[in-house]
Amino acid sequence: MEGIKDKVAIVGMGCSQFGELWEKSEEDLIVEAVYEAYEDAGIDPKDIQAAWLGNVRTAMRGSALAIPLKLEFIPISRVENQCCSGTDAFRNACYAVAAGVYDIVLVVGFEKLKDAGPERMTARYNYPDIFPQVPIGLAAQEFALKGTRYFHDYKLSFEDGKRMLSKIAVKNHHNGMMSPKAQFHKEITIEQAMKAPMIASPLGLFDACGVSDGAAAAIITRTDMATNFRDDYVLVKGIGLVSGAKQAALQSDVDLIHFEENVRAAEMAYREAGITDPLKQLGLAELHDCFTITEAITCEDLGFCPRGKIKEYVDAGVFELDGELGVNTDGGLKCFGHPLGASGIRMIYELYKQMQYKAGPRQRKKVRLGLTHNLGGTTGAYSVMVAIFGQRD
Amino acid sequence: MVGIISYGSYIPKWRLSRNAIATGLKGEKAIAGFDEDSITMAVEAGVNCLNNIGRDSIDGVIFCTTTSPYLEKQAASVVAKALDLRRDIFTADSLGCLRGGTIGLQIALDMVKAGSAKRILVTAADCRLGAPESGMEKDFGDGAAAILVGETEKPVAVIQGSYSVSNELMDVWRLAGETFVSMEEDRFIEEEGYKKTVREAVNGLMQKYGAEPKSFAKAVFYTPNLKSYQGLPKGLGLNPEQMQDCLYDRIGNTGTSYPLLLLVSALEDAKAEDKILFASYGDGSDAFILEAGRTSQDGAQGIRRFFENKTTVEDYRRYLKWRGILPLDKGKAVLIPRTSLKAMMRRQDEILRMYGAKCKVCGTIQYPPQRICTQCHSKDQFDQVRLSDKKGEVYTWTADFGAGGLETPIITLTNLEGGGRVFCIITDTTAQEMSVGLPVEFVLRKSYGQTIPEYIWKVRPTQIKA
Repeated sequence: MEGIKDKVAIVGMGCSQFGELWEKSEEDLIVEAVYEAYEDAGIDPKDIQAAWLGNVRTAMRGSALAIPLKLEFIPISRVENQCCSGTDAFRNACYAVAAGVYDIVLVVGFEKLKDAGPERMTARYNYPDIFPQVPIGLAAQEFALKGTRYFHDYKLSFEDGKRMLSKIAVKNHHNGMMSPKAQFHKEITIEQAMKAPMIASPLGLFDACGVSDGAAAAIITRTDMATNFRDDYVLVKGIGLVSGAKQAALQSDVDLIHFEENVRAAEMAYREAGITDPLKQLGLAELHDCFTITEAITCEDLGFCPRGKIKEYVDAGVFELDGELGVNTDGGLKCFGHPLGASGIRMIYELYKQMQYKAGPRQRKKVRLGLTHNLGGTTGAYSVMVAIFGQRD
Repeated sequence: MVGIISYGSYIPKWRLSRNAIATGLKGEKAIAGFDEDSITMAVEAGVNCLNNIGRDSIDGVIFCTTTSPYLEKQAASVVAKALDLRRDIFTADSLGCLRGGTIGLQIALDMVKAGSAKRILVTAADCRLGAPESGMEKDFGDGAAAILVGETEKPVAVIQGSYSVSNELMDVWRLAGETFVSMEEDRFIEEEGYKKTVREAVNGLMQKYGAEPKSFAKAVFYTPNLKSYQGLPKGLGLNPEQMQDCLYDRIGNTGTSYPLLLLVSALEDAKAEDKILFASYGDGSDAFILEAGRTSQDGAQGIRRFFENKTTVEDYRRYLKWRGILPLDKGKAVLIPRTSLKAMMRRQDEILRMYGAKCKVCGTIQYPPQRICTQCHSKDQFDQVRLSDKKGEVYTWTADFGAGGLETPIITLTNLEGGGRVFCIITDTTAQEMSVGLPVEFVLRKSYGQTIPEYIWKVRPTQIKA
C-alpha cells in the first residue's frame, strides 16, 4: 500500500465569489470558478479528460458540469459525502490520476443554497440518521449539544466558554477581512460576539457560519507532468477519509467533547504525509468551522493542542494569522459561508494560494505544509476528510 | 367482584389565570401545553393508572373525548399503542358526548360483568375550546383521568349500581368543522338541561336502589360551571358538605374527563366503605353508587399532586397561539415534509411504544433498535425493552432558538437509568431551568409542524411524587 503522497499535483485552481448571490445562477458560479482554473493552469477546456463534481443538494449527475462547461463526452462523476463532498470528489480524482488512467482532470465543488428559503435549514431526519423522537434537526443544535458538554466537562463557566468561542469568531472575521471572495467582510469584537443573539445555546449568531452560494475548481495532473504547467504546483501529501458508525445519539459511551472520526482521519492522513508533530510541521490548516465549537474541538482532535486546552492556545494566539499554525487564514466557513459541496475545494484554494505566496495581505511565511478538514453528518456518525498538501521540494 | 382496580389522573402543569381572559375574573384553569392534546393527556393518565399493573393484563381501552384529533379514525388505538398494550384487545372511542367518560365506564363495567373482558381501561381527556373571551373559554379546563375496571378482590371502589337517563336537548354542541363550542342561553342549560336531568338520574338511582341521600359521604357531579354546581344539591336532599369540591377555581370544567377526575379526587380522600354518589351530564346523565374499598392508592395517582406543581401562563396571547386561535408568524412555522406513513408504520414500535433493543450477548441497550449491536457487533441478538417508563438524566442539551414553532425546542441527549441513551426533546421547562444531569422522565407529546397528528416521546423534568 503506497499511498498518494507526492503522486499528484494541483496545477490550476479557481474560486468564485462566495455569498448571497441572488443574481448569479448555478451556471455562473461554475463558469466563474472553472475558467479561473483553466487560465491559472494555462490549459484549454479540451484538455480535460475526466471530471468530478462535489455536490450535496443542488445538482445530480455529471451533466451538472457537462452542460454549463460544454464538456462533451468525457466521464464525469458526481460525489456526495455531505460536507466532505468537495474534498471527496478531489480524492477520487487524485486516485484516478495516480492510477495512470488520466493525465489531466477537473474537480469542481459547488452549491447554490440561497435559492431555497430558510426552510431548507430545517430538515427531517432521515436514513441514515434516524432519531424517532426528534423528527427534525438543525445543524446548530447538533453542535450546540457539544458546546454545553464541553463547558461542563472542562469546567468552563458559561462566560469563559463563550469568551473562548468568541475569540475564534473574532480571529476568523479578522482573516476574512483580507479575503475579497468571502461572504462577510466585517471585523467583530469579543463583546459583540458574546452578546449576539442566541442561535442554539450556548452558540450565538457569531458562532455560526453563514449560508452562501459558491463554487471552486481544481485541475490535477500527475506530478511528473506538473512542470509542463507551472513550477509552483502544489502536491497532495496525504488523504484520510473515514465514516463513523458510533451514533452518539444512542451510545452512552460516546462523549461529545471529541470526534473520533477527526482523530482517525487525521491519523490516516498524517501517516501518509509523514506528519508526527502537526503544530510544528503544519503552517496552515483550513478547518471545518461550521460553528466555533467545531473548530475548537477539531484543533484538539487533530493534535494541534492537548485535550481540554484549546482555551489556553486560543488565548495565546497560536492559531492566528501570525501564530505558529494559521487556522482558517482566509476566514474559514465563518466568513465564506458553507456552500456544502464547494467548501472543501475552497479550502484547498486557500492553501494553494498561500503556498504560491499569492495570498495578498493574509500571506503567511510558514506555508510549507497545510491541511484541509471537512466534517459532516451527525455526532458519532460523521464523514470526516483530512487532506495534507505541500509545496514542491 | 367487579370494581375499580386503579385510577390515574393528569392535569397539565400550565394554568391560565381567568383574570388574563377578562379582568376581574376569579381562579385559574388548567391548560394543555402547546404539545399536548386529548390523546397525549389520556396516555399520561393511563400510564399513571397502570403504574405497578402489568400492561399485558389489560383487555381493552375505551377513550372518551369530545376533542379527538380525528373525525374518522380511532384514537383509542393510538392510546393503546403508546401504553404498550397487547394487540388482541378491544379498543373503542366514546366520542362527542360530554358524558362520554361515564358512558365508557358503564360499557367497561358491563363488559367485565358479561365476561368478555377481565380488565378494561377507561381513559377520558378533553381540551375544549370556547371562543376567545367567552364564558365557555373561562369555564373550560384541560385534563385527563383513567379508571381501570375489572375483576378484583382488592378494589379501590366497587360500583354498586347505576342508572341512566337519555335526554335530547340542544344546549351545548359543536358541529363538524367548527372550532368553538356553541351554547344556548345559560339559564336554559342550567335549569332545563343540567339540574333537571341530573336530578332525574339521581332520583331514579336512589329509587332503584332504595338509597338515602344522607347515606353518601360524598356526592360527585359534573358541572358546566361553578354557579350551576352550587345550585345543584337543593332538590336532591344533599347538603353542601356532602358535595365534592369541583375544583373549578383550580382546573375548570375538563369536559368528558371532568366527572372522572372529580371521582378520582373523591376516592383520593375517601375512607373504606364510604359511599359515593356520582353522576355525569351531557345529552342525559349517568348516575352511579360507589363504595370505597379497603385498598387505597398512593398520592402519586391522585390529583392533589397537581395543585402546587404548576406554572402560570401570564400572556393570554401565548395561550391563544398554543391553541391555534392566533396564527403563528409564517416565518416561525416549522416547514417540514410529512413523515412517510409507511416508515411510521414500520417504526411504530420505536416511535409509539418506545421500544429499544437490549443485546442478548453484551447487554447493551440501544435506541432506536439496530440490526447489528453497536458494542459487540452481534447480529439480530436482541430483546425488546420498553424505554418510556425509564428514568433518565440529561447528558447534554441546547435550546434551539432557530428551530421555529410555537415554543423554543430544547433538545437533549438523555442517558437512561440501567443503560441506553435517547436523543429527545425536553418539554414543560425552559432554558433557564436546564442543566447537565437534570433528572427526567418520558411523556408522550405531539410532534411539531405536522400536517397529521404525530406523537413522539419527549422527556420532562421528573415530577416530585406526592
